[in-house]
Amino acid sequence: MDLSTNYMGLKLKNPIVPSASPLSNNVDNVKKMEDAGAAAVVVYSLFEEQITHESGELDHYLAYGTESYAEAINYFPEQESFNLTPVQYLDHIANLKKAVDIPIIGSLNGVSSGGWVKYARNIEQAGADALELNIYYVAANPNLNSLEIEKTYVDVLKEVKKNVKIPVAMKLSPFFTSMSSIAKGLDEAGADALVLFNRFYQPDFDLEKLEVVPNLVLSTNWEMRLPLRWIAILYGNLKSSLGATSGIHTHEDVIKIMMAGGDVAMMASELLVNGIGRISEIIKGIERWMEENEYKSIDMMKGSMSQKKIAQPAAFERANYMKLLQSYKTIL
Amino acid sequence: MTRVKITIDGNEAAAHVAYRVSEVIAIYPITPSSPMGELSDAWSATDVKNIWGTVPSVTEMQSEGGAAGAVHGALQTGALTTTFTASQGLFLMIPNMYKIAGELTPAVFHVSARSIAAAALSIFGDHSDVMSTRQTGFGLMCSGSVQEVMDLALITHAATLESRIPFVHFFDGFRTSHEVIKIEQLDDDDIRAMIDDKFVNEFKGRALTPDHPVLRGTAQNPDVYFQGRETVNKFYNACPSIVQAQMDKFAKLTGRKYKLFDYFGAPDAKRIVIMMGSGAETAEETVEYLTAQMEEKVGLIKVRLYRPFSIEHLLAALPKTVEKISVLDRTKEPGSIGEPLYLDVVTAITESMNSKNPHFNKMPVVVGGRYGLSSKEFTPTMVKAVFDNLKAVEPKNHFTIGIVDDVTNTNLQFDPNFVIERDDVVRCLFYGLGADGTVGANKNSIKIIGEETENFAQGYFVYDSKKSGSTTVSHLRFGKRPIRSTYLIQTARFVGCHQFNLLEKFDVLGNIVDGGTFLLNSPYSKNETWDKIPNKVQQQIIDKKLKLYVIDGYTVANNTGMGGRVNTIMQTCFFAISGILPKEEAIEQIKISIKKTYGIKGEDIVRKNYEAVDQTLENLFEINVPEKATSTIELPPIVSDKAPEYVKNVLSKIIAGEGDDVKVSEMPVDGTFPLSTTKWEKRNIALDVPEWDSEWCIQCGKCALVCPHAAIRIKVYDKENIKSAPQSFKHMDAKGKEFPDGYAYTIQVAVEDCTGCELCVEVCPAKNKKETRLKALNMVSQIPIREQEKINFDYFLELPEIDRRLVNTSLIKSNQLLEPLFEFSGACSGCGETPYVKLVSQLFGDRTIVANATGCSSIYGGNLPTTPWATNKDGRGPAWSNSLFEDNAEFGMGMRLSIDKQTQFAKELLAKLKDIIGSELVDAILTAEQKDEAGIYEQRERVTKLKSILEKNNSIDGKKLLEAADFLVKKSVWIIGGDGWAYDIGYGGLDHVLASGKNVNILVLDTEVYSNTGGQMSKATGMGAVAKFAAAGKPTAKKDLSMMAMNYGNVYVAKVAMGSNDAHTVRAFLEAEAYDGPSLIIAYSHCIAHGINISKGLEHQKLAVDSGYWPLFRYNPENTKEGKNPLKLDSKAPKIKLEDYIYRETRYKMLTKSHPKEAKELLTSAQEEVLKRWKLYEQMAIIDYSNNGNEKEEKAN
Repeated sequence: MDLSTNYMGLKLKNPIVPSASPLSNNVDNVKKMEDAGAAAVVVYSLFEEQITHESGELDHYLAYGTESYAEAINYFPEQESFNLTPVQYLDHIANLKKAVDIPIIGSLNGVSSGGWVKYARNIEQAGADALELNIYYVAANPNLNSLEIEKTYVDVLKEVKKNVKIPVAMKLSPFFTSMSSIAKGLDEAGADALVLFNRFYQPDFDLEKLEVVPNLVLSTNWEMRLPLRWIAILYGNLKSSLGATSGIHTHEDVIKIMMAGGDVAMMASELLVNGIGRISEIIKGIERWMEENEYKSIDMMKGSMSQKKIAQPAAFERANYMKLLQSYKTIL
Repeated sequence: MTRVKITIDGNEAAAHVAYRVSEVIAIYPITPSSPMGELSDAWSATDVKNIWGTVPSVTEMQSEGGAAGAVHGALQTGALTTTFTASQGLFLMIPNMYKIAGELTPAVFHVSARSIAAAALSIFGDHSDVMSTRQTGFGLMCSGSVQEVMDLALITHAATLESRIPFVHFFDGFRTSHEVIKIEQLDDDDIRAMIDDKFVNEFKGRALTPDHPVLRGTAQNPDVYFQGRETVNKFYNACPSIVQAQMDKFAKLTGRKYKLFDYFGAPDAKRIVIMMGSGAETAEETVEYLTAQMEEKVGLIKVRLYRPFSIEHLLAALPKTVEKISVLDRTKEPGSIGEPLYLDVVTAITESMNSKNPHFNKMPVVVGGRYGLSSKEFTPTMVKAVFDNLKAVEPKNHFTIGIVDDVTNTNLQFDPNFVIERDDVVRCLFYGLGADGTVGANKNSIKIIGEETENFAQGYFVYDSKKSGSTTVSHLRFGKRPIRSTYLIQTARFVGCHQFNLLEKFDVLGNIVDGGTFLLNSPYSKNETWDKIPNKVQQQIIDKKLKLYVIDGYTVANNTGMGGRVNTIMQTCFFAISGILPKEEAIEQIKISIKKTYGIKGEDIVRKNYEAVDQTLENLFEINVPEKATSTIELPPIVSDKAPEYVKNVLSKIIAGEGDDVKVSEMPVDGTFPLSTTKWEKRNIALDVPEWDSEWCIQCGKCALVCPHAAIRIKVYDKENIKSAPQSFKHMDAKGKEFPDGYAYTIQVAVEDCTGCELCVEVCPAKNKKETRLKALNMVSQIPIREQEKINFDYFLELPEIDRRLVNTSLIKSNQLLEPLFEFSGACSGCGETPYVKLVSQLFGDRTIVANATGCSSIYGGNLPTTPWATNKDGRGPAWSNSLFEDNAEFGMGMRLSIDKQTQFAKELLAKLKDIIGSELVDAILTAEQKDEAGIYEQRERVTKLKSILEKNNSIDGKKLLEAADFLVKKSVWIIGGDGWAYDIGYGGLDHVLASGKNVNILVLDTEVYSNTGGQMSKATGMGAVAKFAAAGKPTAKKDLSMMAMNYGNVYVAKVAMGSNDAHTVRAFLEAEAYDGPSLIIAYSHCIAHGINISKGLEHQKLAVDSGYWPLFRYNPENTKEGKNPLKLDSKAPKIKLEDYIYRETRYKMLTKSHPKEAKELLTSAQEEVLKRWKLYEQMAIIDYSNNGNEKEEKAN
């Protein structure tokens, strides 16, 4: 039975790829992922904003209160050097490359165009096999219209592509007026893969303190429907590979994603809750299902339920409610 | 050979040599010597090797006494060992110094000489400390400049090895230790050439080792001790020539020649000065001027080797033409015939004159004088005055110079207009704030000028004695000739004022020369600025024909993400205007130095600074100075007209920076000062201050509780009072049953005293329900509301204070109505210590005596010009004193013993005079419990009654009782200090006091580092925290002082953190005070040395408690009487991981960046330690005390 798949030029032994999460902070965890059968790993994201903040913080607090008072010209011992986040991240990538054989995919969230390019290059030099651009952006500025925003995405991709040789994936949010259009734009700009979709942590309110609080909610199974639909729609229309992320928890989810046309199924919440060992269970589940249903390879099922290949292509384009009414009519 | 030229300060110069010729370094931090130890530690941590190729071991001890002991031990076992210290620290080393010298052990102690604490402490420089070691047998070598510090440090190390005489190598604290100047650096080859391994081997051969053991340190009897002491004479006799030989060797090596006594001036001088230290540099400069410009026959002897004192070498240096000699001492020995150098010179010359071959034909006149105590300025005009004094037939003897002594008329007059500064040296003055980075930028400029041009360069920096909103003045000199001016700039060609509001506080242009250049950082546009400059300053600009340049540095800083730091911007302006370097080159050099300074902190910081440089020049403008001063802005008075006379006449001069003009008669004879003086120094340092929105206030009182500066006050009062209130005065109905109807409630901010820390806003729990970003307290800009709120605060102060008997002291909303008797201190904005200190003053202030250990709390509590401890309307308040650092617990215990004795005596007299006074009153007084405010009040009433009876009684006992009657009202003794005191240097005393059972209350303000001296590790520092001497993270866990105290069983112990549980803090303070025995409160005090956002300090306290790192508890021995467990854990089991607390703080977080591996390991160990300790406490808290000991007895029976 052949579970292999091709994801942005990387030959993967199966479609299971743990997505960027705190689990990949630790080399041992990534080793466990490899042992459990993960085909590749996306490492947690390097945030340019965090790098800037960290520098600013160090500079501020090491200088704070200094040169003000004769007895305490400063408050901390001089250090020769600081191993700042980019260095730590890049070292981590290099260490992972040494520790495992599966492809390591770096992940980057930039702010400035210079930052995107610089850190993308660094990640490549550190040995990453591919790079995922994690564009985590809430379009709250009323003075920026959708075209400008989309252009930014395309420009970032182009700049990065110009400067690195490893494959580059774009991880997107679903909040585009025209997902097909942006997907096409990125595809044409050279995206090696599109990863659908980024989940934003939605803030919550603390009613007692009257404060907005961050609230981390792990994905649930139904969230998989959104990437499922869009992969199904996009499959066959792009050169880019398609990765699915959000709400993938079971072997059935993976199979569905493959049938929609995905090249890899990424997961994080499932592993955070139920452990890295779930990877091997899911792979076994896929194998069992394929055996029972007589599929010889992932390739056989890939895109089989995509919009291009199903009986009722409109099903993906209509709102669910409409579809239900229609089916009712058909029965009549 | 070309040696590297570097710009460094005296401390670094000394450490550079000492480190390279040592194997062991044992130190303890003390200003101004701390940087020597810190540099050594930093070098050791980065594996810098000594000249033998090994990395010296640097160890911080618990006190200087400990350091000296460790040095002694290390020397005895054959390691080349050094230490660095000053002042009281050197005092603590004296016992070991006798031992080290007595055993003829080569060693050098490098001392940045500092005043000693007498009637007052001073951190500044003079020779009082080193003069106190004359008798120990140590040699004393003095350096007068930074170059000399490096050179003589090496010569001294070489000489000690050869002579076997240990040395103190000293230089003037601050003036030399902190002066940054260009010097030639000695390299390792120089050092190797000077240190003869033959002597090193001999030293090691004498070391204690079991392989060829000896015994050293015997006890001797009358028969031989004396002879033994005389054995060392030959070593002392030989020493001066050995030192001179080493100086000669050094001269061959480097070209710099030194003599034990160096003479400068006319070869046929008639009048000379003999002195040592940095003042001799100024004297040399003046002698040069007087001989060349005024053809005076004067000269100077610089003393370098003061002990062993060589008469022979002194005489050899003295021209035979000398008729009169003035010997200047930088120390004071009350009651002596004269100061030590004077006495030595008199003796030396007298011995010569009494010998067969007298040096002079006629005995010269020798007079002595004192100068420069506590870094008092010593300028060329003072040197001239000293020479002029010698012109008199009978020169004044035992004089002072530099002050006005209108009491015993010791001082010489000097001409303030005699200035010898010449234009071949460029002189620049910069006024800034500590927070804006001015000093750092100037240190950078000095480095650039010194190291990138042919110029000589010197920088000296004057800091404020306040820790918040502190101002700095930088004095920069540079030019083609060496700079010897060891005094502040008297006439500046360039003045930079980096903060506009300083124009109102200082006479910024007082020292600028005519035609000079003035650079002003202005928050206004180039067109508006002129009108915003105060009239007096405008007039100075016009009169002195100054060139005026203006930049809005704040806007440039904001635009480039620099925040409040205008350092790079103002530095760029300075280079652009001054033309010291071509503009492009200057900018390139600034950028190189930015890269060097900020590179390790990340590229973004470098980029921001580059951008600031680039944007600066576009925003720098020269202003055409109008012909007339048109500003309507007048300078505000220094203090209010309502201030007491002493504040108006004396303290105001110090506030205005004119403290040098204070006369001797204006100073107290015994260091005693009045209370309540900070309230007259309106500093207006906060840009934003809190504003009360009564609509949402829930009257919880937390804002007043946490305010570090008592700048937010609460009163409840009869509404009748507000009929005459200013229109903008705010109030609301008082909530709560304890207040009668018709009472009003006001929260008032002292906006001129507030430092803008925001702790009150952070702690305020009351949200504005219509706009949740707002609370019942919100920060607003200070200037628009300043005048109005000044009036409101004055009015507020006039409102009656609450009757203390009505207050429920255990409730914060109630006890915060109590008047704080600790207000407006100079502590850091957002200080985590002062809220606790203030709470003591509120709860017990009117009957409290405070013994305060040296440290932050003694500085913000007692540094002139104004002090925060205050009195109430009855004139009562905390009586406060600081003895030393190490003895505070004992000092407080002495107070307790004294009070108890006098109380007992009063009680004895009371019983004796029962018939006269009346048994009812006597019994009432003797049996009064005085448990609460009502009890205290009633006892005071009784004592008043008693006094009125006694006033009519003329018996001796009656008079005695009248004197002692006030002791019949309970007195509360508070022993306050930081963790450096309690955990380290003062622990022995603290332990003894805890064991004594005496009724004292010990408050440890635990910041977990030596905050006052700049963040050195103490035993209170947490595992994994970065501190000085723990650059790779403290490897061991925090000492559990509370557990040690609990072991006694009869000590009340509490660990508190106001930010986690304020009610618990209050409860602990009340219980501790009520407990009739020793009480120890350890209070978590967030601190800027933690590297945190200080406005979130309380949140950090909460995290510390939530993680279990800082468990809250009270251990009350009283509980055992009722069969209860004395330990009550008041916080819950750890609910967050330790890392979620500690990695919010730079002190821990930076380790993950500088030493990631160690950080990981230490975090694991620290987390385990937290859980282990928690478990232990938890188990202790559940022990069943109900049968307390009886069970055993029953079994035994």
